Amino acid sequence: MTELLSVVVDAVIYSSWLFIIALGLTLIYGVMKILNMAHGSFYALGAYAAASLVGYWLGHGYPPLASYGMLVLAAILVGLITGPLVERGLLRFMYGKDEIILLLVTYALFLILEDSIKIIWGVNPYFISEPYGLLGVWDVAGLSYPFYNIILIAVSVLAGVGVAVVLQYTRPGKLLLAVIHDREVSMAMGINVNRFYMVTFTVGTMLAAIGGALTAPTVSVVPGMGVGVIVLAFAVVVIGGLGSLQGAALGALIVGLVRSAAVHYLPQVELFSIYVVMALVLIFRPKGLFAAAEVRKI
Amino acid sequence: MKKLSCGPKTFAIAVSIFPMLLLAMHAGAGAQEKPLKIGVVTFLSGAAAGPFGVPAKQAGEVVVEALNAGGKVPGYGSKGMGGSSIELVFVDEAGGTTKQVTEYRNLIERVDLVIGYISSGDCLAVAPAAEEMRKLTILFDCGTPRVFEDATYKYVFRTGATSTMDNVAAALYISETNPNVKKIAGINQNYAWGQDSWSDFLAAMKVLKPGIEVATVQWPQLLSGQYGAEISALLSSGADVVHSSFWGGDMEAFVLQASPRGLFKKSTVVLTCGETGMYKLGSQVPDGTVIGARGPFDMFAPDTELNRWFRKAYQDKYGVPPTYPSYKMAQALLGLKSAYDKARSSNGNKAPGQDQVIAAFERISFEAPGGKVQMALGKGHQAVQGMVFGTVKHNGNQVTYVDVKTYPPDKVTPPEGVKAEDWIKSGFKSGK
Amino acid sequence: MIGKGYTVHVLVVALVVLLVAGPFMHKWLFMLTMSMGKGLVVLGLIVLLRTGLVSFGQGLYYCVGAYTVGSLGQFLGWKNALVLLVGGTAAAAVLATILGFLLANYRSIFFAMLSLAFSMILFGLLVKTSALGSTDGFNVPAPTLFGKAISGAGHQYPLFALGCVVAFIAALLTNAYLRTALGRLSPAIRDNEIRVEYMGASVRNAIHTKYVIAGALAGLGGALTAMTIGHIDPEMAYWTTSGEFVFVAILGGTGSVIAPFLGAIIFEIIRTYAYQYSPNTWQMVLGSAMLLVIIFLPAGLWSAFAYRSRRG
Repeated sequence: MTELLSVVVDAVIYSSWLFIIALGLTLIYGVMKILNMAHGSFYALGAYAAASLVGYWLGHGYPPLASYGMLVLAAILVGLITGPLVERGLLRFMYGKDEIILLLVTYALFLILEDSIKIIWGVNPYFISEPYGLLGVWDVAGLSYPFYNIILIAVSVLAGVGVAVVLQYTRPGKLLLAVIHDREVSMAMGINVNRFYMVTFTVGTMLAAIGGALTAPTVSVVPGMGVGVIVLAFAVVVIGGLGSLQGAALGALIVGLVRSAAVHYLPQVELFSIYVVMALVLIFRPKGLFAAAEVRKI
Repeated sequence: MKKLSCGPKTFAIAVSIFPMLLLAMHAGAGAQEKPLKIGVVTFLSGAAAGPFGVPAKQAGEVVVEALNAGGKVPGYGSKGMGGSSIELVFVDEAGGTTKQVTEYRNLIERVDLVIGYISSGDCLAVAPAAEEMRKLTILFDCGTPRVFEDATYKYVFRTGATSTMDNVAAALYISETNPNVKKIAGINQNYAWGQDSWSDFLAAMKVLKPGIEVATVQWPQLLSGQYGAEISALLSSGADVVHSSFWGGDMEAFVLQASPRGLFKKSTVVLTCGETGMYKLGSQVPDGTVIGARGPFDMFAPDTELNRWFRKAYQDKYGVPPTYPSYKMAQALLGLKSAYDKARSSNGNKAPGQDQVIAAFERISFEAPGGKVQMALGKGHQAVQGMVFGTVKHNGNQVTYVDVKTYPPDKVTPPEGVKAEDWIKSGFKSGK
Repeated sequence: MIGKGYTVHVLVVALVVLLVAGPFMHKWLFMLTMSMGKGLVVLGLIVLLRTGLVSFGQGLYYCVGAYTVGSLGQFLGWKNALVLLVGGTAAAAVLATILGFLLANYRSIFFAMLSLAFSMILFGLLVKTSALGSTDGFNVPAPTLFGKAISGAGHQYPLFALGCVVAFIAALLTNAYLRTALGRLSPAIRDNEIRVEYMGASVRNAIHTKYVIAGALAGLGGALTAMTIGHIDPEMAYWTTSGEFVFVAILGGTGSVIAPFLGAIIFEIIRTYAYQYSPNTWQMVLGSAMLLVIIFLPAGLWSAFAYRSRRG
């Protein structure tokens, strides 16, 4: 019984981590129809920026409790700087092209960003582990879990709820829904689609960076940390249905549960778990779990 | 849509012709003879760059600079190698095995010999290519015993010992320091390195402690970085000893995530590649953790003049102490130098040719910052060394190592012609 | 589209030039043979690309072809290069036929991700199989042709020649297929499937056929590569390998069967020079080169060479 409880706790923690990353990706796809392969790089950028900012903050003796805010701040800064830069500077010229071309553009961007990170921060690992252990541990199911994970879950839930609320209940959110539904008609109605694109991309980037920033205290920040994240995020988004928020959440939860169960009961299959889940979901629900109904034009 | 001043057609022609022009230019250039050009292949990008590739590159630069100056390296006073000064050409080992074989073939056009390869897959793929192209190639770090178990080579040497000895020595160490061990667990990266490490450790433990129980074996993906669930599984497994061959960022992430949760207090954790992380992470690694350095390197290196010189020269230049990849690169270069010097003196003090160097290299014994190295296996092409493990103990702010045990090569390495796994299963029979 | 018959002439000329110049180009034989192998996989990809389908899982068949060659050589001692090539292609084709039943139902990103999932599942299976060396893989015994060694020191030309001839035949056959009614259906399917069905053609069968062709070509490419490199490992099934094939496909363009090979050669050259001249920032160089091609030549390098007919 306690084993089962720890499986669930581990799953929830892992799913929250996945959700923050997948949320940005599904948002960008839903609005702009771009599959952003550079999402992993923004994740890494968030981690590195957090490492620098928090490292500076703690190194100069400022209150450690504020470092949590610093993590999020670093991510927001990364999003605010790189988001518009990439969107206005590169992606804007590619709209209307084939989806696969856009994918390759973001892949090229990923390669460039990886080396840029290496040039700025070097190849040595960065450590900012103090925020991780600061709040102590907490006993659940006979095992200790650092309190930090609660923060991770909280931010994840907040991000999801926040985006959902903005989309459903605020005016800009509803305009965004219109843009998602039909770009041309929205433009005809006078909505500034370009501005929406830029804001969406920036928010998506920020979310990826927050994922990276929150991960930074739990690992050593090294080059290449964004690579593995890309496929995970893609898989979750595809499982959930592209462009769907609830889909990303449910997808993250399913992937997290399956992985956690594998680790506890059958560790050898952990390697396959996400791909088997994706294949199974696609076989039974070809467009993902929460596929949007598409108007078919003849 | 943008309109270009020169049409796409012109651009395409330019783009395709330019590399061909470059090719043509280079086809003409021959290999220079005077300085000895050594190609060094190691990770300059990706996750393995920070812990392994770059320390190895830096060690190469330090040693070559000193050798070229002459009279600086204790025991290796003569200038350069075989009379020529040394020039290093660096190539990134990232990109996968297929890429590396292609790059190897490109590289040997520009250099006299090659030292390199941290990844076992690359070693296994490059060795036959080296043999086919007849180019002296020294593998300096990769761990798989298969290189010289699966085939015999004339042109390929390995100046570092294999991963078998890491894990056999770990098993020996555990059975000596934790004689009451009943349950073991493992957390290793799910690829050849992790799989081989665990299976060697397990096989050795079964021989040393028959009836040993395996509590759980975790196989996270390489470079996963998120070990929450695995650590929970290890905590609830009740294992006395946890074995891990994690390296680099994965090892550091594991330590950072497991330490606050008390795993290191509940079980004795053995980190066979732990040494590289100790400088930055030492304060997080609790007392009682068993650390390996893949050989008598770094804090386990003998206190010789050569070691002291190496540490000082490296630290002066780079501000950090050298770790085991640095030691292994230095070992490869010094082994090569010994071979070159020996070949030169048997050649009437003239620059030796490749075949003479190879003949001199076989079965040679030489001194390195980690101690004595003997090219005793693989028909004289594979090095053997002792193996060292120690336990962490914090002394105030300092990290020290207690219970340091050294295992001589014959206790941790199979004899000539015997495969590692057969040797372990047979109860470490020394053959002959 | 290219003018009638132009392609075949160019292919023949290219083959003759390569075979004749081969013995004088020792340094480039290896790289060119590798490009032939890669080009074969990409050739299969463009058959799918023309239909509007991007496969991010060609690595699956590439790997199957390679491992078939390796296993036949290592475990059965078969060394005849022609037998090995046929074996690799056949194994891949059989697998493609089976998986094609499922995959023919999917389009766009879902097709891509499902194909990716299958190739990653193969990757996982190979990593778990220590008998096949797990991630270290194993070496492929040197192939022979008519009893004589065709690779190894001083023997690179025969394997190179074999690669060129195989690529030539594959390109010729694919070109012929693309001229048939079923082949010409590709852009129609990409534009509007419903109309195609209205006309009486089975979209599903067409896609299934094209998938099998792509799989077989990928297997052939994998088999050739395995014999050239002499080593196989599970990374061949990893998604980044498949991604590289997609990149080469876009780089070369889908305009002609010659484009994949051109793209493969240019890609190898760019990558080799990136490694050589900027070992610390080769990724950036590669990414920038990619961007330049996508921005200035969105239809691939081939579009610059091709005779451009008027499009309605």
